[in-house]
Amino acid sequence: MPSKEEVFEKVRESLVDALGVDDDEVTPEATLVGDLGAESIDFLDIVFRLEKSFDIKIPRGELFPEDILTNTDYVVDGKINAEGLTELKKRMPFADLSEFEKNPVVQEFATSLTVQDMCNYVESKV
Amino acid sequence: MRWFWIDRFTELVSGETATAIKTISLSEEHLHDHFSGIPTMPNSLILEGMAQTAGMLVSQFNAFKERVILAKVPRLVFHCRGVPGDTLTYRAKLEAIEETGARAITTSHIGERIQAEAEILFAHIDRETAHRPLFEGEDFGDLLKSLRIFEVGRNPDGSQLNCPEHLLSKT
Repeated sequence: MPSKEEVFEKVRESLVDALGVDDDEVTPEATLVGDLGAESIDFLDIVFRLEKSFDIKIPRGELFPEDILTNTDYVVDGKINAEGLTELKKRMPFADLSEFEKNPVVQEFATSLTVQDMCNYVESKV
Repeated sequence: MRWFWIDRFTELVSGETATAIKTISLSEEHLHDHFSGIPTMPNSLILEGMAQTAGMLVSQFNAFKERVILAKVPRLVFHCRGVPGDTLTYRAKLEAIEETGARAITTSHIGERIQAEAEILFAHIDRETAHRPLFEGEDFGDLLKSLRIFEVGRNPDGSQLNCPEHLLSKT
């Protein structure tokens, strides 16, 4: 099982290759969308790279649960309701959603994901 | 008129690899001005040829039922020019494929010499309307026939690749 440092280095390499950013931009606190400029298609690229790098399978919707974000039971007026937040936390135990919870606007969800969240997810899979 | 940037496939193993060729001819109009006195195959069209090679490989894997679009080119390197008289050999290797898209590694060679290499990401889009014909008024089966995909295509076990039933009536 790889150490936390090894996981971080491989995640960093995947993000550098997928997003064309410099090594030093990829810090644990950096957000994928806000700081590293990831766009929607980049997430597919990142998933493919992580799968190859760690020899894992990332089922659709596990890393980015878009089904919750588009479910009208959970989204009201563009915001995730309490049930939706509960479901998100259940599905994403690897992510720190405390900031997102303060103003759970769907469009802001992707911007809240950090490199550390990504590392936590990978650690749960390897 | 269609946007053809490969002449034909020479090999295709379903879900794995594909090879196609493109011979550059001085009669191609875009070479007359690109560049004056130094006819050079535009690199963008070479990328398109590599993408068409890989894209067909991706599309064939899903029996040509998905709408496959070139979504991203994370890496692209050109090593030398392609000029009239050159035959570009495009090779594509499918690295990953899933419901939402696929990733392929492609190269372009002139003889033994590597001319270009690219990583290409494809997305499957518009799944809700994927049953509607993508080539209205055109015969997609004829396009595949022109490219000789089923002539050279094989399954991984070596058996002949068959044309999907929904295209049979059109080929």
